[in-house]
Amino acid sequence: MSKALPMIDPSTVSQNVSSQVASAIELRNVTKRFPTPSGQIYTAIRNLSLSVAPGEFCAVVGPTGCGKSTTLSLISGLEKPSAGMVEVMGEPVQDIDKRIGYVFQTDAVFPWKSVLNNVATGPLYRGQPKAQVLERAHNWIERVGLSGFENHYPHQLSGGMRKRVALAQTFINEPQILLMDEPFSALDVQTRTLMEDELLQMWSSLNASVVFVTHDLEEAISLADRVCVITAGPGTVKGIYTIDLPRPRHVAEIRFEPRFIELYQQIWEDLRNEVMISYERTKQRG
Amino acid sequence: MNVLSNEVNERTINAPESKEVRAYKQARRRRNIQVNVLRVLIFVVIIGGWQLLTSVPSGHPIIDPFFWGQPTGVWNQIVTWVTQGTAQGSLWEQIAVTLEEALLGFLIGAVLGVIFGVVLGRNRYLSDILGPYVKAFNSIPRVALAPLFAVGLGLDIQSKVALAAVLVFFIVFFNAFQGVREVDRNLLANARILGASPTRVTTSVILPSALTWIFASMHTSFSFALVGAVVGEYVGAIHGIGLLIQTAGQNFNNNGVIAAMVILAAIALISEALITALERRLLRWRPGTVVEATI
Repeated sequence: MSKALPMIDPSTVSQNVSSQVASAIELRNVTKRFPTPSGQIYTAIRNLSLSVAPGEFCAVVGPTGCGKSTTLSLISGLEKPSAGMVEVMGEPVQDIDKRIGYVFQTDAVFPWKSVLNNVATGPLYRGQPKAQVLERAHNWIERVGLSGFENHYPHQLSGGMRKRVALAQTFINEPQILLMDEPFSALDVQTRTLMEDELLQMWSSLNASVVFVTHDLEEAISLADRVCVITAGPGTVKGIYTIDLPRPRHVAEIRFEPRFIELYQQIWEDLRNEVMISYERTKQRG
Repeated sequence: MNVLSNEVNERTINAPESKEVRAYKQARRRRNIQVNVLRVLIFVVIIGGWQLLTSVPSGHPIIDPFFWGQPTGVWNQIVTWVTQGTAQGSLWEQIAVTLEEALLGFLIGAVLGVIFGVVLGRNRYLSDILGPYVKAFNSIPRVALAPLFAVGLGLDIQSKVALAAVLVFFIVFFNAFQGVREVDRNLLANARILGASPTRVTTSVILPSALTWIFASMHTSFSFALVGAVVGEYVGAIHGIGLLIQTAGQNFNNNGVIAAMVILAAIALISEALITALERRLLRWRPGTVVEATI
């Protein structure tokens, strides 16, 4: 399990200012509205404030449709806020930030590219020399346990293996900020636990700040340093909980610890109301 | 790690060839033979029936071969064309001219169709502006352009190439346009996050994912290129299979008309096989079931 971290490009290390700024990600009173096809305005998040420290693993939980994914797309620069401030590494987000990695909920690996080319995509887009990129891609493929599958196409892999490709594709860029949008929700429970453990390992060697969106409270507690509960949409922060479970953690076992159960009950109190509100609304709409 | 290596093993170990596998293979082989036998049988029944009905009773056959041709007559016509050439030169020359027109028209139409499809598919503003014009153009029965091109571009191959290109353009254009519109939003977002410039997004995400749609259109559009070339020749030409059909028709040589159609069908089938081969090569990243979903 303990493998060496692939070579880190010295230029990205020198740019690493994460130790100098107070928070890696800062959202201040952020509101995001979308026009709906029927001509109305839909407010996805309202007055949301959240700050994530450098190297911190922050999980965001909330009922469906509370604007969790919207929050991530604002941090990444894919979307712009309607009101409020979004800052990454102390600077306002203008465009897509190269220091950010994003793992999507659904399969976002390129189906026409082999595993090797998928993993190499990011550095090649960023204009790094091909020979060096392929070498690093091989390293990462080995790290995520896909050696021997370099020339397979995504449709020839299982869902779990495709997710590994997506992780390698993101991690090869050595992101200082990692955004994850329910990355493991489509996987079966066993694969999921395994991937969570691997994520924690990769994260600890990368020292990135993580925002991990999930609707699964167990997953949130077992992975994160802090858990942020979002209200039913329009989303805003309901409560933030510090998870003081020791690291390194083993995701499969940690959920039996008494402290875990205590935290779970405490946060679930908060979350349950929001889930009920969201559920009532969908029932009314239906 | 153990779980990982199990996942790997499952995929690399071949199942032993058991009785069941052999029985399955046998059943598949039997089915293939049946399909081929039935295909030949259909051919024999239709062509044989046609021949029979046009030759008995002799003197006053049930179907008049003068109007409807006769398989042996068609065959003899092809043999004559091959051995003695046609009224307007050797048969191969006619085929070469028609093929050249169809191919050039196909290439021009397909390239323009892809370019316009991608540009308008990417740019909603532009497509909103040009939309009505595209629709108006598309609603013209394009065969009606043949006389226009014949007068404007002459009796040489240009007028046929133009007609073939126009026919191909719209099919490829609409498919490329749709293909671009259907590109997975997640793939686009992922490419942008990974650092792709807008140009790289087009070349490395939009084009490959629209290629499935574009290829789907190429199958039909090559036969449309042939139609364009033949109709163009029909309206006015010096060489080509279309002219062959026109001359045979005017001389009440219906065997000649059918013989030319048989030649066109053969050309269309061969080109279709070539396009399928190219498609399999370029789209081999797709799951096998989709690639093999053709007849």
